Amino acid sequence: MDKIRNLSSATKSNLITYGMVIVAYVVMQCLVSAGAISNSMVGLLVPICSYICMAISLNLVVGISGELSLGHAGFMSVGAFTGLVVASCLRGVVGFDPLRLAIAIMIAGAFAALAGILVGLPVMRLRGDYLAIVTLAFGEIIKNLLNNLYVGLDTAGLHFSMVDAKSLGMQGGTILINGPQGAAGIDKLSSFTAGFVLIIVTLFVVLNLVNSRTGRAIMAVRDNRIAAESVGINTMKYRLIAFVVSAALAGMAGALYAMNFSSIVPKKFDFNTSILVLVFVVLGGMGNIRGGIISAALLTILPERLRFLGDFRMLIYAVVLIAVMIASNNTKAQEIIQTVKSRLRRKGDDEAALAANANEGGAAGE
Amino acid sequence: MGFLTNLINGISLGSVYAIIALGYTMVYGIAKMLNFAHGDVIMVGGYLCFIAAGSLGLSPIVAILIAVVGCTCLGIVVERLAYKPLREAPSLAVLITAIGVSYFLQNSALLIWGADPKAFKSMVPFPSLSLFGGQLTISSVTIATVLAAIVVMVGLTLFTSKTKMGKAMRACSEDKGAAQLMGINVNTTISMVFAIGSGLAAIAGVLLCSAYPTLMPTTGSMPGIKAFTAAVLGGIGSIPGAALGGVLLGVIEIFSKAYLGTQFADAIVFAVLIVVLLIKPAGLLGKEIHEKV
Repeated sequence: MDKIRNLSSATKSNLITYGMVIVAYVVMQCLVSAGAISNSMVGLLVPICSYICMAISLNLVVGISGELSLGHAGFMSVGAFTGLVVASCLRGVVGFDPLRLAIAIMIAGAFAALAGILVGLPVMRLRGDYLAIVTLAFGEIIKNLLNNLYVGLDTAGLHFSMVDAKSLGMQGGTILINGPQGAAGIDKLSSFTAGFVLIIVTLFVVLNLVNSRTGRAIMAVRDNRIAAESVGINTMKYRLIAFVVSAALAGMAGALYAMNFSSIVPKKFDFNTSILVLVFVVLGGMGNIRGGIISAALLTILPERLRFLGDFRMLIYAVVLIAVMIASNNTKAQEIIQTVKSRLRRKGDDEAALAANANEGGAAGE
Repeated sequence: MGFLTNLINGISLGSVYAIIALGYTMVYGIAKMLNFAHGDVIMVGGYLCFIAAGSLGLSPIVAILIAVVGCTCLGIVVERLAYKPLREAPSLAVLITAIGVSYFLQNSALLIWGADPKAFKSMVPFPSLSLFGGQLTISSVTIATVLAAIVVMVGLTLFTSKTKMGKAMRACSEDKGAAQLMGINVNTTISMVFAIGSGLAAIAGVLLCSAYPTLMPTTGSMPGIKAFTAAVLGGIGSIPGAALGGVLLGVIEIFSKAYLGTQFADAIVFAVLIVVLLIKPAGLLGKEIHEKV
């Protein structure tokens, strides 16, 4: 017991986060095997895992490093399509599916990291809103390039083209990525357990990074760039580290996401997806990893649960989004919430006091 | 002649971008917020005009006026309800709210007008201009667009430099606190900026739909993002910058579509933005503000 008590508050908080994810996994797994969950919810499990990983990875850039990135879906899509190609190449080579998935996810992460370096080097020269718009621009460029990417696989190996499927020069074989039509006939390798493992890995990477010397340097740069620079921190290097690690993790999440569906198109990973993940991070609390996990899970389930509202569903989502932002940031709204809270508490206290009095009275009567 | 045709088309598209970019740049200049809902105001303007001219059978001028007035009111209402409570909030919260407003407008349009594309009838019903013995034809929409952009640009420049309200706007964008001490009503000024920006968006919406006649709830998003890029390219916060950025972007887009193939046009447009920002981090005409220790 003493050992637990002596842990630092950061470690305790991290353990709570891990515990929460593990408990959620076990509970969901039990519910699924008991058949207590509808089919549509079971289908959501892997996307939820993947969005949670996205939220954690974007939190590293937006919350921990303090840069607004509006093109995170770009890295997700680089990872998604790399993962698909790798998994297809290994189809006959690696028989054990989870291993094939793991290799595909790792290589997807590596390619997304490479994209992260290519994007990050120019982006990190800028700051603030200019940085945000350039990440948006890179996200659109990645989408546009993948929309025109054709990849085929035959006995001679992989063929690439940026023109059309014909110019691949294939002899038989299959077309893995067919431009705007994306990939079809994907092996559904992803599973809820794989998603859970990926969340744990992502958490492990991010939490350890945050609580390390590097992480402290990253946060120092966020809090005061000039002060950090003056104590000898290489600001460019640390911002880039956060950005590239985040890109790699987003790529891994993308590979997991793509291999949950039988077909996927590059258009899926557009500006709206980047914004969706940003909303998870902001609603969960910037830099708050646990909050991001919860809001990613809830906000993926919510639109699904609201399906009975039909076309009004996204309208309500929008209103909720605006209302939450105003409620959590407006000073007047904050005051109202505080008074309501304290009034409720007072009421609760009064009732407790009454109950206690009644008990005492009863005891005295006996 | 192909070159000249492309150039004219580019300038015309660029003029639309410039008008939209003005809305972005003015709002950013004064409220320091990225108003992602601006693109959807364009779409609302398009629909209002479509309804007024199509279903109600009003004349084009009245229809355009209805769209402008409608969008101006929409801009003021949105600012009051969604952005005003967040004056002191961190910029990211305002950004997410703007995105919420954007979803709201898109989905309201979806509920009211449906998802199927509407065929927009041009609001500039004049014959095309034929030059060089018919070798070069310029449509009336193109001429109207360029003229509208010039009028708007000159009008705004005069407005911000000569009128009291315009000077108040510039003062607020320099320093809100000091402006307030000088007796400027900052809240009214910001509302005014949103009103002007939204009114311009309506004009842009009518012109855009007249040139590219399909109208859907998502019509505004891509031009919105492009115009935002144009505003940043020219230097966000600067009115001549928005005009320059818009026209440049339009010309680059049309030329890359004509000579390099349509599929990479978007990538090229965004790549130009990145290259410009790397050389001039505050955009072409933006003021670079150095950080003080």
